[in-house]
Amino acid sequence: MAMSLLQDVEAAQLRKDLPPFHVGDTVRVFSRIREGEKERVQYFEGIVIGFHRNGIATTFKVRKESYGVGVERTYPIHSPLLERIEVKKKGDVRRAKLFYLRGVSGKRARIREKKDWLSKKGPVVPSEGVAESAADAAPPADTPKE
Amino acid sequence: MTTGILGKKLGMAQVFDTQGRVIPVTVIEAGPCTVIQRKTAQNDGYDAVQIGFQQMRAHRVGKPMLGHFQKAGKGAFRALQEIRLEGSDPLEVGSEIKVDIFKEGDVVDVMGHTKGRGFAGVIKRWNFKGGRATHGSMFHRAPGSIGASAYPSRVIKNMKMAGHLGNERVTILNLRVVGVQPEKNLLLVRGAVPGAKNSLVYVRPAVKKQGN
Repeated sequence: MAMSLLQDVEAAQLRKDLPPFHVGDTVRVFSRIREGEKERVQYFEGIVIGFHRNGIATTFKVRKESYGVGVERTYPIHSPLLERIEVKKKGDVRRAKLFYLRGVSGKRARIREKKDWLSKKGPVVPSEGVAESAADAAPPADTPKE
Repeated sequence: MTTGILGKKLGMAQVFDTQGRVIPVTVIEAGPCTVIQRKTAQNDGYDAVQIGFQQMRAHRVGKPMLGHFQKAGKGAFRALQEIRLEGSDPLEVGSEIKVDIFKEGDVVDVMGHTKGRGFAGVIKRWNFKGGRATHGSMFHRAPGSIGASAYPSRVIKNMKMAGHLGNERVTILNLRVVGVQPEKNLLLVRGAVPGAKNSLVYVRPAVKKQGN
């Protein structure tokens, strides 16, 4: 009884409009940013390396490599500041947290793309990925360094 | 009208404000409370109301309290609280106080009993630093010296020592009301509030509010 009242408070603010995505997916997160008076939308694209699930306080971490420096951002998944999320690629991973990516680079930092074996249409490529699907064996993120 | 309300702490959650910022809130199931007794200046020397919260079965109450509850005729209650009033107030015995006495943006004080921690040492109770754990240190969590020797030949008063911690009444001043949901009797207060989940809290308008 008490627990459900607490969940009622949260339920009104939960966002259900975002597409489902999972650890290992490559996503593009569009967030609204306020600079003084103006508001603009900024996106951050990278691999989802973990969820911290806690009701309305649920967050997820996105990691990318930018000019050779690893960058991670944590987003509250129910934040009204999230404009939208695009799932660029689905990853096939075997663990819930991909924190090991912090310690690896190049070929080791690749993530296999998830294939939808049931639908017989080949790998699932969510958006604008027709060209990518042919090369799904190639490393998803950066090319290995020499 | 200066009144307060009794409630049950349900736990903490968070809400997003209009700018998307996260606000930590404590959710309190506040009221409805029933006025059990009306004290007046003529009768009792001061003006006050006594309110009851959380209805309970009458046979669970002792006879002296049962008689007290019967005067109001609204059944027995688990918790009672007396609230001083300024002069005469239209509150009648038997009337209800609901959470809608507060509105969003109000500043309130919340009282509750903190979680009991039992007999606690000085590190937990007074944030003493403690000593080194290893390398032959023989000073771990002990309080150390508690005073000098021949003078003053006694331990000065209020020395910080081990003892009972928690389970005391604590008032948190000036918490902002983030939301009120009268249909569910819910009160959302910014920040933390003393006590465990499901514990009794008393919410009143802030008495030491600064500025506007």
